[in-house]
Amino acid sequence: MFNLPHQQGEMKRKIQTCINICVLMAISYNAKAQTDMDAIMMEKKQLCLGPMYSYSSWKNYWEGMLKRNNANLGTVSTQMFSVMGAYGITGKLNVLVGAPYVKTKASAGTLHGMQGVQDLSLFVKWMPIEKDLGPGTFSLYTIGGVSFPLTNYVADFLPMSIGIHSKTASARLMLDYQVGNIFTTVSGTYVFRDNITLDRTAYYTTASHLTDEVEIPNASNFNFRGGYRSSKLIAEAVLNIWTTLGGFDMTRNNMPFPSNKMNATTLGFNGKYVVTKNHALSLVGGAIKTIAGRNMGEATTFYGGIFYIIDFNKKAKKASTKTEPAKTN
Amino acid sequence: MKKIFFLSITAVTGVMIIISSCSKDIVGRTDNVAALHPANMDINAGSWKPVLLAAPTDVVVAAPIATNSPDYIAQINEIKSFQANITEDEKQIVKYWSAGAVLRWNEILRELVAKHNLAPYQNADGTYPFPSATNPLAYPQFPFANPPYAARAYAYVSAAQYDALVSVWYYKTSFNRKAPYNVDSSLQVLVPKSDLPSYPSEDAVVEGVSVEMLKLLFPGDQDYIQVKAEEHKRARIIAGANVRSDIEAGEALGRAVAQKFVTRARGDRAGIAAGNQAVWTKLEEDCKARGETPWVSQESPKRPCMLPLFGKVKTFLFDSLTAVSLRPGPPPSTSSQQMKDETEEIYQLVKSPTREQIRIVHFWADGVATYTPPGHWDAIAAEDFISKNFSEVRWARNMALLNMSLMDAVIVCWDTKYTYFNPRPSQMDPRIKTMTGLPNFPSYISGHSTFSGAAAAILGHIIPERAGDYEAMAKEASISRMYGGIHYRSDCEKGLVVGKNVGGYAIERAKTDGAE
Repeated sequence: MFNLPHQQGEMKRKIQTCINICVLMAISYNAKAQTDMDAIMMEKKQLCLGPMYSYSSWKNYWEGMLKRNNANLGTVSTQMFSVMGAYGITGKLNVLVGAPYVKTKASAGTLHGMQGVQDLSLFVKWMPIEKDLGPGTFSLYTIGGVSFPLTNYVADFLPMSIGIHSKTASARLMLDYQVGNIFTTVSGTYVFRDNITLDRTAYYTTASHLTDEVEIPNASNFNFRGGYRSSKLIAEAVLNIWTTLGGFDMTRNNMPFPSNKMNATTLGFNGKYVVTKNHALSLVGGAIKTIAGRNMGEATTFYGGIFYIIDFNKKAKKASTKTEPAKTN
Repeated sequence: MKKIFFLSITAVTGVMIIISSCSKDIVGRTDNVAALHPANMDINAGSWKPVLLAAPTDVVVAAPIATNSPDYIAQINEIKSFQANITEDEKQIVKYWSAGAVLRWNEILRELVAKHNLAPYQNADGTYPFPSATNPLAYPQFPFANPPYAARAYAYVSAAQYDALVSVWYYKTSFNRKAPYNVDSSLQVLVPKSDLPSYPSEDAVVEGVSVEMLKLLFPGDQDYIQVKAEEHKRARIIAGANVRSDIEAGEALGRAVAQKFVTRARGDRAGIAAGNQAVWTKLEEDCKARGETPWVSQESPKRPCMLPLFGKVKTFLFDSLTAVSLRPGPPPSTSSQQMKDETEEIYQLVKSPTREQIRIVHFWADGVATYTPPGHWDAIAAEDFISKNFSEVRWARNMALLNMSLMDAVIVCWDTKYTYFNPRPSQMDPRIKTMTGLPNFPSYISGHSTFSGAAAAILGHIIPERAGDYEAMAKEASISRMYGGIHYRSDCEKGLVVGKNVGGYAIERAKTDGAE
């Protein structure tokens, strides 16, 4: 039932390179774990692995819908070091894993920065459809994901917290269409976010809560990306819309809280370049700017990473086809 | 092809529906408290010593109508018609209020404090606006329920509830009108029965006194408060615990008792505690004249110190001379080696805090948008009082003792802070970063420590078997401020001692108020 690599080679779009990974959502008060929103699959028995670094910072933020700065925070920065990997169970079924170390800092005021290992993310990506359609190739993906905190980091110290410590489960549907080297990808995601537990026994949102448990509202995400894609180079613009389905606005001059209605629309550029001929090594990088938000920082993010492919097929295939040169349409 | 397409969409949608329907309901710790059913009704509480009333008869309550009068029978029928058409909502309301009037109004007060515990945002010119009691809904909303304001609010509401209940108990025993279910045995009752006379209603007196006090303390929240008040009164009638005349008499008595506390509050000097530029400058100049480094606001723009004259507010448990005598000696000189050492100790603590230290900081922080440390101690006390099944009047008496201790503790603490005007650790050493918000007032002595020392003392007297636990909690609350990077060891240790001394006055009162 699964396509073997050589069969898949007959399909149109076939990019035997590394995952064009991780639209970093380091746009909020807390860096979010990487996520997988690109229409690229690993080949069977190939493992792609690599480190990523990102730097995100904001000076202005939205207190509810009011944009303001805060001289008692100055610029809040988030650095993220992560390791990510993708593995092709088959050419149509991939597993992706990632985990970041996050460090925050405020340039002004007295608040202490935080750091630590954040959440492990795990995605299973399935491409049930890939077919010629008109002048190009259409493909459809379904992606299921979970994430959970790897450490007992502090959620309730925003904006310095490294995350909100919620377990999540997500379901995503993604459509991709490519004509020549020009492509566009659209995806929609629903994110279930589990309740979290605070270190304190009561808190106030829009009402008093005499418990340490906080309901974290679920969220939706829409991602639109498009640009140039070949086996050697990807250059794309990315628009992302993250909406918290529920939650409350920060009141005037209040501190942020994990169950705030955190929304953000970001626009970014993402690039990937394959360095080596055999496609084993690639570089990724990009920049993301928050263009609209609510209860979030107006962040600018830069990121970069190096990925390397380990091909477990090689030994078996040595005699036969060897690694096919990737082709695009 | 199409099949796979729709299958995929269906699968993703299915997963979304499943995960989005996962229950995230949260049950608050007091949501399902059982109905109050005191083992001891404290039938003699009418003779307990009130705080402000000279006698329980200061407010006159008219004799009730006879239980065989047509008016009374009509009131019984009112209950019956309510019960005949009872809704799920009404059952919920009955259940909520049956946990206890003092408990629920204390929770409402804590909620209002948390809502209003937000420092005003600066003006365009870098100065700060002050909330106005006469225009409470304009920004910045009145009040800014910071810890001193909150402590005072808890104390006034609790003391007024206590006095009103002493008076109610007096009238209950003197009129001795039976509860409606003891008059008409056919009446259903949705809460535990008791032999306590029901006129005037203890619930309604707490409701009446609380509403009146909250008009003063949270004048912009009347809409919410009135909804709660109406609900409370209705709950008691629906439950069959009171007829309407019990409620009306109780509410009127509560309101009248509250007036005496409102009058006291208007003259207790809290209204002028914010000071003015001349006051703020003088504090700084006086400190310099003593050869010490004065406290400086580390907020940007610099915010005037919080309520510098709160140390002059009228105390409940002792007179102003005693308040001054409770002030500890000065902190280590800002130029001394001891101060250097204590600052270094804090730097070492906050440099790379352990997760447990952060937990302790955040457990006790009770900062912005919380019910403040006095509210935290009220929450601790309330949960223990629930398990003790106290009568309403004893609930109120114990809450009043606790909250008068907390208010007097903050008065002595604030007096000390502004007598010495000592800088915070992060002012002495800018490398010190804080694990919680930095309070905008001088360091010595720690407010959390003073509050906690006082609370642990009086609670340990009220529930002796928990005394050791309270003391341990107080110590943890105290040291949390060192872990947080916002207090020196001297602030915390002295604060605990001062608090304990203040609590001692509450214990003295407790021993002689007739309730023990």
